[in-house]
Amino acid sequence: MLKINKWNVFFVLAVCVTAIYYIIPNIYGKSEVTALPKFLSQKQVNLGLDLQGGSHLLLEVDTKSVLKEKSEDLVDDIRKSLRKSKIKYSNLGSKITGAVVTITDPEKITTAKNSIKENIEKGILIEESKNKLNLFFSDQYIIDTRANTVEQSIEVVRKRVDESGTKEPSIQRQGEERIVVQLPGIKNPERVKALIGRTAKLNFHMLDPTTVELAEQRGKLPPGTFKALNSDPTAYEKQFVVKKRVLLTGERLKNAAATVDAQTGRYVVAFEFDKKGAKKFAKVTTENTYQRLAILLDNKVISAPQIREPITGGQGNISGNFSPETANDLAVLLRAGSLPAPIKVLEERTVGPSLGIDSIEAGKKALVIGFILVIVFMIIRYKAFGIVADFAIIFNIILLISMLSAIEATLTMPGIAGIVLTVGMAVDANVLVFERIKEEIRSGRSILNSIDLGYKFAIKTILDANFTTLIAALLLYNYGSGPIKGFAVTLSIGILTSMFTALILTKLIVTFWVLKLKPKRLYI
Amino acid sequence: MGPQAKTEKIVYLKTMKFNINFFKYRFVAFLLSISLMGFSAFLFLTKNLNLGIDFKGGIMVEAKFTEAPNLAILRDKIDKLQIGNSEIQEFGDSNTILFRLEKIDDSNMTQEQIIQKLKNELDDDTDYRRVEFVGPKVGKELKSIAIKAVLFSLIAMFIYIWFRFSGWQFGLGALVALFHDVLSTMGFFSLTQIEFNLASIAAILTIAGYSINDTVVVFDRIRENLVKTDRALEELLNQSINQTLSRTLMTSITTLLALLALFIFGGEVVKGFVSAMMWGVLIGTYSSIFIASPLILFFGFKKVEEKS
Repeated sequence: MLKINKWNVFFVLAVCVTAIYYIIPNIYGKSEVTALPKFLSQKQVNLGLDLQGGSHLLLEVDTKSVLKEKSEDLVDDIRKSLRKSKIKYSNLGSKITGAVVTITDPEKITTAKNSIKENIEKGILIEESKNKLNLFFSDQYIIDTRANTVEQSIEVVRKRVDESGTKEPSIQRQGEERIVVQLPGIKNPERVKALIGRTAKLNFHMLDPTTVELAEQRGKLPPGTFKALNSDPTAYEKQFVVKKRVLLTGERLKNAAATVDAQTGRYVVAFEFDKKGAKKFAKVTTENTYQRLAILLDNKVISAPQIREPITGGQGNISGNFSPETANDLAVLLRAGSLPAPIKVLEERTVGPSLGIDSIEAGKKALVIGFILVIVFMIIRYKAFGIVADFAIIFNIILLISMLSAIEATLTMPGIAGIVLTVGMAVDANVLVFERIKEEIRSGRSILNSIDLGYKFAIKTILDANFTTLIAALLLYNYGSGPIKGFAVTLSIGILTSMFTALILTKLIVTFWVLKLKPKRLYI
Repeated sequence: MGPQAKTEKIVYLKTMKFNINFFKYRFVAFLLSISLMGFSAFLFLTKNLNLGIDFKGGIMVEAKFTEAPNLAILRDKIDKLQIGNSEIQEFGDSNTILFRLEKIDDSNMTQEQIIQKLKNELDDDTDYRRVEFVGPKVGKELKSIAIKAVLFSLIAMFIYIWFRFSGWQFGLGALVALFHDVLSTMGFFSLTQIEFNLASIAAILTIAGYSINDTVVVFDRIRENLVKTDRALEELLNQSINQTLSRTLMTSITTLLALLALFIFGGEVVKGFVSAMMWGVLIGTYSSIFIASPLILFFGFKKVEEKS
């Protein structure tokens, strides 16, 4: 029997109140929302990067290079321990993850093994076969190293992004060695990208007095030196001969800032070492007065000043050919520290602010016009019932937006397309019911009976039919990325809300109307 | 309830009752669909899809100029840069140009340098609306994810229908109809050379969902009629399609109206997605009427089996 279910009335009212509760904050701007009274919701729909403009970066940390570095360090450790215990060896070399060495005297192999074992990390295992020692990283060691490298990289990237002044960035790990960086509303993505991608390994070396020209004449470099490029390709000195030994690294820096040198009026980066670093710097500058220091950033010489006097305060300036921006960027890099491993950009999606604004406008327009077209069409086709269905569409959109706010979903352009599509598709549930009511009336049933049966029969079909669309939407959500996920979200919520509006809300309205007004004719 | 004879007089009915013999046309429809699928496969193999950077990898830049640039001059300029294969086309209006650059894997230039080189060639006040780069690795991954998503959704829907309608003929009928829709949508992408990207996959999945939705409505009615009437199966299927036809058309029309609004006003970014969806709604509606239900009969579904 068709009657008004009190619980349904209560349910619909509860949903209405909840919807209004969640939709209110969207009227206000982002900053105004926090000023709202505490009893109101402060959750809003977030705009995706494609709507508010910004950059999405997918980075990959080259953890293999860290394992390679560790393998090379291992070779050094083996050499040291074997020399210390005076054991003869040959064929010492590194592998991708580990090292091998041949012990000349097979009888000393156990001694050699024990001696090496003392000097290496726990996760490194040693296997012996005849007179060969095979050192390799345990699986756990590799996993830990990779995880640590990625964690450290995320920290450094976060510091750099924060220092660059980007508002509300999101930096997250994805999978084993990837990082997703989202920079909403960013004005100069190139600069931030350049900041993120730099390894920024700062090393202090001494410059060898030999010039590159002289080394080329001799045909070889002095022992213990290497050639390094000047980071400024326009400079007079294109290359330098640098001593291999690292005297100090950027890790010892306490602070760095871009300033103007009082004497030359040019931009410099002032740095300050921590206590330990300052001590070492004092020693180096005392021992090498009048020689030239080489400051290398990522293996390129950024500055090669002459040490005029011992520097004991632990402070100094790097004077390269800096503009205000490049000096500031270098200071940011030095403050944030170096990346433990190189980072590669695998994917980038940047949307300029103008496209974002245009997209929002286009989305609004399409929504309003799509809405009007469907509404008018429904009234033409279903008369009074069309008005009921239209009411359901309006309520559907309100409910959809309030649910998006409640879960603080991200609205993207495909997401807006999903809402517009929902307007067209959400009438389906109502159409199913109305057509069924018509059919029942046609077969000679009374109005009340037809409505009752119409809802009863249509409900099964509606559930079945919508479930399949939901499957598609959920798979899209699972496999889709960024903007597409937004589409899947609006589509699935749209399906759910349309079922609610058709099966409960419009049923209530139709029932109320038929029972209270007792129409003699049904305009459907 | 009041006497039933009276109701007919007090109810205003806009008659839209169908009685079309769809089964008469089933072989025409099968032939049409087989040719459509064959043609789609042919297009797919010969013309291929116009793969976007999502799957192919590469660089895409959408730039809005202050005044419409001369495409030939622009193309010349870009060719001289030697930054790999490039495509230049208008995007939406004549001021907006879409550059698509293929990033060669072994080139010494990073994507940053290539983008910078391109930007140096263009006017300073150019508005860069979109800059996208997808590395070859990610492109490959996205490709396999897309294939997985489409396959899984087809399988999931097949299983659901099989389970819900207790007859493999229903499941297979729906699956063939779905395959028909997906393949002909691929054909649509090949023919129009609309860029095939992640949004296209979303379109295909939504079309699949939409088409199966239509099919389920008809199947539901068939199931209901199987219990209710004693008609011959062929007649029963025909009756079920006719009974649901009005709803099928209504929903298609409202969905197409919403899509039309998106197509005209929704902006260039979603245009490809929306046109594929429009095609999909048409083909999905067609297949649920002419393919899915007749196929149940074709696969040898028997009424007695169902009842026992």
